[in-house]
Amino acid sequence: MSNEAHGIPTGWRRWVLSTNHKDIGTMYLIFAIFAGIIGGAFSGLMRGELMEPGIHFLTMFTNGDIEAAKHFFNVLITGHGLIMVFFMVMPALIGGFGNWFVPIMIGAPDMAFPRMNNISFWLLPAAIALLVLSTMMEGATYPGVGAGWTVYAPLATSGHTGPAVDLAIFSLHLAGASSIMGAINFICTIFNMRAPGMTLHKMPLFVWSVLVTVFLLLLSLPVLAGAITMLLTDRNFGTHFFDAAGGGDPILYQHLFWFFGHPEVYILILPGFGLVSHIISTFSRKPIFGYLGMAYAMVAIGVVGFVVWAHHMYTVGMDVDTKAYFTAATMVIAVPTGIKIFSWLATMWGGSIKFETPMLFALGMIFLFTIGGVTGVVLANAGVDTAMHDTYYVVAHFHYTMSMGALFSMFAGWYYWIGKISGKPYPQLVSKIHFWLTFIGVNVIFFPQHFLGLAGMPRRIPDYPDAYAYWNYVSTVGYMITGVGTIFFLIGVVMTLRSKERVGDNQWGEGATTLEWTLSSPPPFHQFNELPKIK
Amino acid sequence: MSDSHAKKHDYHLVDPSPWPIVCSLGAFILAVGAMMYMHEIPLISSMPGSYSALFYVGVIIVLYGAYSWWSDVVKEGEHEGHHTAIVQLGLRYGMFLFIVSEVMFFVAWFWAYFNASIFPTEAIGHVWPPQDIQTLDPWHLPFINTLILLTSGTTVTWAHHALQHGDRKTFINMLLFTILLGASFTGIQAYEYVHATFSFDQNIYSSTFYMATGFHGAHVLIGTIFLTICLIRGLKGHFKPDHHFGFEAAAWYWHFVDVVWLILFVSIYIGGAGTIATH
Repeated sequence: MSNEAHGIPTGWRRWVLSTNHKDIGTMYLIFAIFAGIIGGAFSGLMRGELMEPGIHFLTMFTNGDIEAAKHFFNVLITGHGLIMVFFMVMPALIGGFGNWFVPIMIGAPDMAFPRMNNISFWLLPAAIALLVLSTMMEGATYPGVGAGWTVYAPLATSGHTGPAVDLAIFSLHLAGASSIMGAINFICTIFNMRAPGMTLHKMPLFVWSVLVTVFLLLLSLPVLAGAITMLLTDRNFGTHFFDAAGGGDPILYQHLFWFFGHPEVYILILPGFGLVSHIISTFSRKPIFGYLGMAYAMVAIGVVGFVVWAHHMYTVGMDVDTKAYFTAATMVIAVPTGIKIFSWLATMWGGSIKFETPMLFALGMIFLFTIGGVTGVVLANAGVDTAMHDTYYVVAHFHYTMSMGALFSMFAGWYYWIGKISGKPYPQLVSKIHFWLTFIGVNVIFFPQHFLGLAGMPRRIPDYPDAYAYWNYVSTVGYMITGVGTIFFLIGVVMTLRSKERVGDNQWGEGATTLEWTLSSPPPFHQFNELPKIK
Repeated sequence: MSDSHAKKHDYHLVDPSPWPIVCSLGAFILAVGAMMYMHEIPLISSMPGSYSALFYVGVIIVLYGAYSWWSDVVKEGEHEGHHTAIVQLGLRYGMFLFIVSEVMFFVAWFWAYFNASIFPTEAIGHVWPPQDIQTLDPWHLPFINTLILLTSGTTVTWAHHALQHGDRKTFINMLLFTILLGASFTGIQAYEYVHATFSFDQNIYSSTFYMATGFHGAHVLIGTIFLTICLIRGLKGHFKPDHHFGFEAAAWYWHFVDVVWLILFVSIYIGGAGTIATH
């Protein structure tokens, strides 16, 4: 590519006014790392409070006011959830890796709507700024939103009369608009810009995973937008959507929220599924086992994911037939998910496996996500969930899928692609220390939470009976281990970016077969000025 | 810009643009402003009435950004030849998907309506419409509005066919006719709102009625503006018989708004009709 010397925008304009999918992807990754640090710090404050029974830690931030400290805990929980979902996982996996590699993998020169791609990114700083601002405005007596990331009515309506919730609602509006535009952009790119010969059934699995993900976004986010708009008008303009006294129904909010919220959890994990498929295949030096089955398993997960939402609401008083349906439908999802797990194992079977850092994270993801999946089948049962609902068992379950499934696939993708993105290799030892500390740390945090949940400890509380003290202490120690691991990650990031070494076009050898490995590292500003022909 | 002379494909590599970040900033200011507006927090503490100021600043910035952005799109498509066949196909996919997302937005409001109307709660006397609500007569102005919108769907298609056959005079006339029909719909709807016997904040009936029909009305307004832009562009000589997606997108949007109205009319106006208020 000889046209590199001229025409590339320079300085701040290159980034702020960007219409380049790789630059925008890089901004997304940087944004996600910062958001992840904030969200991770929030969980540190939560674990600090929960390390021992009693309210003794967060009072440091509230001049000793215990009630304010309790509300602060709720604000931390809300912020942690919203930040990790909307400002860390989604920007990293879809905005970051999706932007970087979907166009390249299908042989396209950029996204379909490069300028709209830029507003998808720039709405996120605006959205997170609104969320940060909400922590400074009055919520319920004390500052900030303490209603949880689900912002259920009536806690988020009559329970929080201050302006903080309104800012959080607007934050979600902007983040939602960003994601809807991103979803349209990805679908158009994948449907309209595949290189000659790149049929849907030849498309790399990461592209398939993003395609399914963005369809879920497109169809579910507008429903959330409607739900939070009803919340807004109930709060400020006197409507009665969730107000039983006016004939409204607080459960309606939960239905609308989870009609979005359940597809959302698949939105968080599906790109990780796609990524792990590439990594397992690359480091086993074998094509993925059952390619079509893998692709359509994701489609099946996406489709069934739309009709299971009420399993989040087993305790609201639904009739038994409804609960039976949602139990059955939820357990059906274990089938396509199982197809994926077993296909990854079959891919490795007989392969010549190399335990590079991305492979370690991918293997960690498969192992830990499977644990989270299995506890998910447990929770799918309406009868069992009546006891488990809102306990730490649920917290353990979804952190095994999210903070191990999604996060591990993110780190796997980071180490897999950072050489391609930056042109520089990641440090071997530091990255492996990062893996092992994180792997041990997250298990020490979350495995004991199963015990706490089975013993009946409710989630979202700052204080607890002494009986739960031991495993809470262990869990907080796990957080510290993970925190040290994260420091190694950041050290690795700095070492990578400062490295004088360079990596070649294809860092991983013959196991890496997708189009990004045919380009230089980093790729030219505009790749594929002449479209590649796919055999 | 950069290396478009070197590219050997028909995709559009868009130049760097300030409008995305301008719109984002505008949206941020708009959101903070809306919060201040709703809670009557003045922007300048010595001026208690200034609580709405920031909101309008945000609205103006967003509108300015959007106007400039779409002006660029029109320029690129109409004058600079960037909208090749495949780029147009991408725009078609994009508009279709945008309408799909809009459909899902209305799903939320219909969900709220059916949730309340199929299972009326004790607070509204276990009946739908609630006992204290006198509904609008569906076969009065709402039916006229249905006819107006259906007619406008016909005229916009007429305009489209005229454009395809190079009959610009009919194109302009029918487009103008469509816009006038859209404006009459909005006018009649405003009249209905003013004369309705139930207030916005009365109960779940009024909540679902006003928010569902209100969001529909907002979409009619947006569609009317969209068509008006097309009319202005048409008068300036834009659009060719075989290249006019800007207009087609407006027509698609208009049909979508039309279909939403039909569902509103059948489910809320007819299905939810109770004791009719006398006008």
